[in-house]
Amino acid sequence: MQSPPSDLDAVDYIQVTADTYASLGYDSYRWADNSVEPPAFVTTTKPLAQSRVALIASGGVYRAGDVGFTHKDDTSFREIPTDVPTDELRVTHFAYDQANARDDINVVFPIDALRALDTAGEIGELAEVALTFMGGIYSQRRLNETLVPGLVQRVREMDTDIALLVPV
Amino acid sequence: MGLIARALEEAGVATVSLTSAWSITASVNPPRAAFTDFPLGNTAGPPHEPDAQLEITRKALGMIALATEPGTITQVGGGWPTEWKAEARELRDHRTTREPTPQYERESDREAALAKHGDTALNGA
Repeated sequence: MQSPPSDLDAVDYIQVTADTYASLGYDSYRWADNSVEPPAFVTTTKPLAQSRVALIASGGVYRAGDVGFTHKDDTSFREIPTDVPTDELRVTHFAYDQANARDDINVVFPIDALRALDTAGEIGELAEVALTFMGGIYSQRRLNETLVPGLVQRVREMDTDIALLVPV
Repeated sequence: MGLIARALEEAGVATVSLTSAWSITASVNPPRAAFTDFPLGNTAGPPHEPDAQLEITRKALGMIALATEPGTITQVGGGWPTEWKAEARELRDHRTTREPTPQYERESDREAALAKHGDTALNGA
């Protein structure tokens, strides 16, 4: 497992969560451990300035008028047009402090940064919709059987070269 | 999210994941990750700092060309005063009750969704 640089003092959320659950008498939670199983790795020579970029965010981002997310194993996702007015974006979640996200959605959904990079020509194009979901789905089996194939299919349908993933 | 990154990459889409949780990301092991040392809920940058947010997104996307090793994690954002870390290390369960029906930031969102999507807006799909 790749350790953080020692001078970074990164918060170890796996340890904190394990200690918290133990102190409350809960069963421990196991994150997927692929630390010794390398991921697939696409090598591309296409310049960023010619690449089509899709934004995918967990954290319960939705657009006003959309059906909200449930807080229990919601494996659905929303499609948000990337020309959405920023002030129509909302968040709902059970596990993180949303004060900043409700004040400036860009902290969990960097739509304005991506639009700026698109306008400046630093990326080729922003895909027509961003995909958002809830996260906090504890069953990896459910995740792999429902949410993952749906997201992969939509990303491929949009001829995406690069996906920027933003968890919370 | 790391599992989604791995699946997308297997499908031929290059990915980069922002993260503020180094240990979780190291365990799930996505192809490329851009680490921001911020309190959870601010993965893409501090609020109302568009220049900082832009630089984080720019550096993250830059990893597509720069990272050569699967599983690379590179820090792209820092400078947040570190007082938050002591609280983040407290053994407290911050989760709220996990409601099984659709939840909304604002009551007006619930009403707008109800008008557009009917009972699904209240009961879920």
